[in-house]
Amino acid sequence: MAHAHDSSSERPAILDKVRPAELPRSPLILNNRGFHWITDKVCGIVEEETPLWWKIMFGVALFVASFTFIGLGYLVATGTGTWGLRSPVGWGWAIVNFVFWVGIGHAGTLISAILCLLRQKWRTSINRAAEAMTIFAVCCAGLFPLFHVGRVWFGWWLLPLPNQNGIWPQFRSPLEWDVFAVSTYFTVSTLFWYMGMIPDLGTIRDRATTWWRKAFYSVLAMGWRGGNRQWSNFEMAYLLLAGLSTPLVLSVHTIVSFDFAVSNVPGWHTTIFPPYFVAGAIFSGFAMVLTLMLPLRAIYRLHDVINQYHIDNMCKIILATGTMVGYAYATEFFIAAYSGNSFEKFAFVNRAFGQYAWAYWIMVSCNVITPQLFWFKKVRENHSLVWIICLFVNVGMWFERFVITITSLANDYLPSSWGYYSPTIVDIFTFFGTFGFFSVLFLLFVRFLPLLPMAEVKMVAPQADPHAH
Amino acid sequence: MRKLLEFLNRPAPRGNFFSRAINAAPFQVLVCLLVTAVVVAAAVNEYATNKYLNVGYTPDQPVAFDHSFHAGPDSVLGLDCRYCHNYVDKSGHSNVPTTNTCWNCHSQVKTDSPALALVKKSMETGEAIRWVKVHKVPDYVYFNHAVHVNRGVSCVECHGRIDQQVVVGQQKSLNMSFCLDCHRNPEQVLRPVDKVTDLAYKAASPAQQTADGTKFVHDWKVNPPQSCSGCHR
Repeated sequence: MAHAHDSSSERPAILDKVRPAELPRSPLILNNRGFHWITDKVCGIVEEETPLWWKIMFGVALFVASFTFIGLGYLVATGTGTWGLRSPVGWGWAIVNFVFWVGIGHAGTLISAILCLLRQKWRTSINRAAEAMTIFAVCCAGLFPLFHVGRVWFGWWLLPLPNQNGIWPQFRSPLEWDVFAVSTYFTVSTLFWYMGMIPDLGTIRDRATTWWRKAFYSVLAMGWRGGNRQWSNFEMAYLLLAGLSTPLVLSVHTIVSFDFAVSNVPGWHTTIFPPYFVAGAIFSGFAMVLTLMLPLRAIYRLHDVINQYHIDNMCKIILATGTMVGYAYATEFFIAAYSGNSFEKFAFVNRAFGQYAWAYWIMVSCNVITPQLFWFKKVRENHSLVWIICLFVNVGMWFERFVITITSLANDYLPSSWGYYSPTIVDIFTFFGTFGFFSVLFLLFVRFLPLLPMAEVKMVAPQADPHAH
Repeated sequence: MRKLLEFLNRPAPRGNFFSRAINAAPFQVLVCLLVTAVVVAAAVNEYATNKYLNVGYTPDQPVAFDHSFHAGPDSVLGLDCRYCHNYVDKSGHSNVPTTNTCWNCHSQVKTDSPALALVKKSMETGEAIRWVKVHKVPDYVYFNHAVHVNRGVSCVECHGRIDQQVVVGQQKSLNMSFCLDCHRNPEQVLRPVDKVTDLAYKAASPAQQTADGTKFVHDWKVNPPQSCSGCHR
């Protein structure tokens, strides 16, 4: 350092020879695609004749979705006993599925809010679809606790409304915090999603040729003209919503984890739960984004807008969060051993080697081992493999919630009240159907709303930079 | 159907779809929604509550028994409530008297009154008179009469001035907040145990009531449950 100071007046000769290597940023839009191409591409998805694959998929999705609604109808007509909930396991698949779907719903707002504040420009290619995924996942998630209350027609008791019973909901219960956390998240995500879509809806409206399209998109575009003042308001609103939803990304799953952590059940009552749950949620959310976007990219030939750079980034996030989740698993074991609490120790040994060991090892292999493949560039470039790994992550994250929820309840303090939980066919059908419900909503989104944020993609295109040349 | 499709798929109008007047629509819709919400909330608050739906329920009884004539300090006879409802301070369930109780007097008094024909018949056949229940709580509510009556909760608190009613009707809402009002502030209603069936009793002043009530709460170790399982067992 001293040497550097001495020779600060004259440039060291060595730097003239060794020129720092240029590190070009990967372009976000390949093949020098222009604004017109982007508009045509995105609007084309909405404007083309309904493709055959869409019709088939939509039919299948509707059929699968019916499983959920028949299952729920049967549950309401018969009672919650039709779910496999028995003492000691009072939280079965319903809660597992709720946490699973809410977790998936985390990537959308992370991409749109946190990555927006961090000026990660690559987010623009995927944020719209990820936000849609978030909202639909939260719709699926909400079904489970709502029907888990048993008498769903009293679901409004969860809200703090004045009533002639003279009582409020239990504000000290994390389940009540959940009601606020999830509904706030849903509201803000929907606002963010819709507001971001308005300029694009305006574009689709202006290109509409038939009467119903013009009517439909005119209503949705809310009079967007694309004037300077509108853009400046839009940008400010977008920034404010991004700021507002950033803490929500962290708070929702933190509070979901409180459902467990605030209780005193061994294996649940740990301080690591909030960060561990948030990491897991982002992990599963990004896996779901890739699961959806890779096929869509292939079908609609979006390779120039969603390119290897985007896929690489998402794979790396999955790798990072997957490793965090693995670290959390290890920490849980360490703390259980270090705490000297025999119940806590038992809970974790029981997870890995007890009656649900099969579920535990499915979880570990899917969540900790498979994402490690993303260290390799070859793997990240093989998109079929990426897609399969993402499926594994989705499965693994479902099993993580299963392991947490079920093992702790099935074997807690008193051996005399241990049990073994199995789902019923109604549980299985209801969960299976949510994939259909999700797909119905997502397919409608793909067909009728702009899949990519045209305006934002154009902003990050090389042509948008006046200093590029 | 084909006509509808043709209508929907006809060419889009040129220029703006909506006229400028539509700009006011969001505000108008918002105002309509707000007004609707307020009206609905007010209506639910008024009509969908026990105080509207249940208070005043006065069914016809098989025998026209007149409480205001028989019971209470202002009545002709001045019977104590417990003359007929004789298990109210011993049992969780307050009984409706059997015909025998009527017959204690009416075997001698007004034996041939047509109003008592059914009582007489019941006495002869042994078949109970089918009184119609007036004060109902849901079957998932556990209410123990003896516990309340023996700790200075008067009949009047839930049943009102039955001693002034010719035909018994429901006077209080009996909804959950009605129960909780007392359970949260028992000192506002407790009275000396010997005044429980004196439906006209009032403490000398509200301050006196609070002072007496607080003393009773302390002396009798009154601790009314506010947990769910206190009443929903």
